[in-house]
Amino acid sequence: MNSFWAILRRDIRLAMRQGGGGGMAVGFFLIVVSILPLGVGPDLNLLARIAPGLLWVALLLSVLLSLDRIFHADYEDGTLDLLATGPLSLTLVVIAKMLAHWITTGLPLVIAAPVLGVLLNLDTQAFLPLMLTMLAGTPALNFLGAIGAALTLGVRRGGLLISLLVLPLYVPVLIFGVGAVNAVLVGPSPFGSPFMILLAITLVSAVISPIAAAAAIRLNLD
Amino acid sequence: MFDYYANPARFMKLSGVLLPWVSGLTVILFAVGLYWGLFIAPADYQQGETVRIMFIHVPAAWMATFVYGYIAFASAVSLIFKHPLADVAAKSAAPIGAAFAFLALMTGMIWGKPMWGAWWVWDARLTSVLVLFLLYMGYMALWQMIEEPIQAGRAAAILGLVGAINIPIIKFSVDWWNTLHQPASIVKGGGPAIHSSILVPLLIMIGAYMVLFTALILAAMRAEILRRRVRNMRLAQAEGGYHG
Amino acid sequence: MRLVAENLECVRGGRRVFSSLSFTCAAGEGLLLTGPNGSGKSSLLRLIAGLVQMRSGRLGLEGGDDERSIGQHTHYAGHLDALKTALTAYENLEFWAALYGGDPDAALEGFNLSHLSDIPAGFLSAGQKRRLGLARLFLGQRPLWLLDEPSVSLDTASREILGAIMKAHMAAGGLLIAATHVTLGVEFSRELKLGGRAA
Repeated sequence: MNSFWAILRRDIRLAMRQGGGGGMAVGFFLIVVSILPLGVGPDLNLLARIAPGLLWVALLLSVLLSLDRIFHADYEDGTLDLLATGPLSLTLVVIAKMLAHWITTGLPLVIAAPVLGVLLNLDTQAFLPLMLTMLAGTPALNFLGAIGAALTLGVRRGGLLISLLVLPLYVPVLIFGVGAVNAVLVGPSPFGSPFMILLAITLVSAVISPIAAAAAIRLNLD
Repeated sequence: MFDYYANPARFMKLSGVLLPWVSGLTVILFAVGLYWGLFIAPADYQQGETVRIMFIHVPAAWMATFVYGYIAFASAVSLIFKHPLADVAAKSAAPIGAAFAFLALMTGMIWGKPMWGAWWVWDARLTSVLVLFLLYMGYMALWQMIEEPIQAGRAAAILGLVGAINIPIIKFSVDWWNTLHQPASIVKGGGPAIHSSILVPLLIMIGAYMVLFTALILAAMRAEILRRRVRNMRLAQAEGGYHG
Repeated sequence: MRLVAENLECVRGGRRVFSSLSFTCAAGEGLLLTGPNGSGKSSLLRLIAGLVQMRSGRLGLEGGDDERSIGQHTHYAGHLDALKTALTAYENLEFWAALYGGDPDAALEGFNLSHLSDIPAGFLSAGQKRRLGLARLFLGQRPLWLLDEPSVSLDTASREILGAIMKAHMAAGGLLIAATHVTLGVEFSRELKLGGRAA
């Protein structure tokens, strides 16, 4: 378990020191949210109505942008070779790295979301549900994304490919995330049921993705 | 038995014998099914003649899902038994499944225009097929981007299984999303009280699509096996070990 | 402890790199891999480490810990140094020490890197990076060393250190398999020639 925390700590330290990671994702989040009203018009009522959806879509894209950072640097400099022969099973290595990635990119995005909600005239009573759903949903986005990132390790310029592989898998997270926020705003279903489903999706992806991503990394070391 | 037929050379021989028969059966079933569906089956009292596109649309949508299941099965076989023929089967199926999904989308749009007055409506089934189509695109792109066939096969198998686990969740979420935004108004085919005058030609059409898939997959797998042989010959030639 | 390889076959990119390769390496022995470029020296080392899959054959480590894979008995040093440029030399080794055990300070000392311990690895020269990567060999007790051209970009003094620790490892009953053009003063017990392919 010592090794697990060592990997987690190292990845967080690297993300802080190199910058880029979380900061870049939040910056992208801000740009997308700022640019959307320029496209759909400044009508505050319209913005308030579509704010949960816009924020979630922007969140999805921001997470997507950060995915290739999870494994790629370690793949290129040979660290993954050594981690694969290290004391920890590759599945646990993957979990540690995904967790570190969520802390350094997912969490800042969740914290930034309410600020961006203000820009879109999001109803005040939706702020807490928005943060809760994003807190519950971003891990799923990171986990599922990690599979795509691991599969495309050996592909040159795999960024576009990751989007193609991962975005369809994000559909349920998007639907239930926005659904739960909208449940608070307009009904008809209560907040609880879509939120519970969202949690279930996160749990399922937490089970599948370390196994799938570890297998994908193995084949890319070959 | 599985091992016996999983030998590529034996597969080539067997599929070569089967292919003409399967192709012939495909033509016959399509002729019967289409004639029955388009000329004999009664028009719908609400939708009129438009309903006949169902005989093309419904089996196509159904096949798009079925083929992904087939890919998932082949992926599991490939990961467990590491047999290259399973990879070939999965790879060859993807464009066929994508074509079925595309056909379902197109016919759905043509059906939707007179029904809803718009070419595209975010109806639950159409949306699910659209996401399925996107999954096919990603799966095929992964095959294309990794050059080495064995490695590409392993990566695609992982993706195929992950996709298969997600398809029911996606379907469920899209259905939930759809009921939230527009209560289901029009039940398209496959309803509980479907009359036998429609059901029989629909079943024939589903059979026709299944046989068509069999014919296409056999032909595509043969082509893929030949492509790999050519690749291996070229590799051997580059090494100077092959004088052909 | 004894590493036994029987009829190893390795296929990469559709190309057969080697086949029916058999050898053994017992405790205290050193195996030198030789052969032209592309003959599969690196592939063999990665295969033993468990990174590359073998097409067929058998590989076993007699007397090893059955709970762990062969790869987990190895110190693998490949072409890449596996260093993080944003971390200092000390922090790099501190991380690996958490995984392998051992003392990062002693490891730095071993390759005369103590004076650079606070410098980010990104500022180090190629030779210094190489030494920092090889300093991992001082961390933890791993019986099987797999070294792939370890002497590249090392100066004479560092080569002597490397040769000395390789000898010490073998003297302590360790197993050593190395692909190297310079013998570094190490008496290898055996030489395995790769790439004897009859076209």
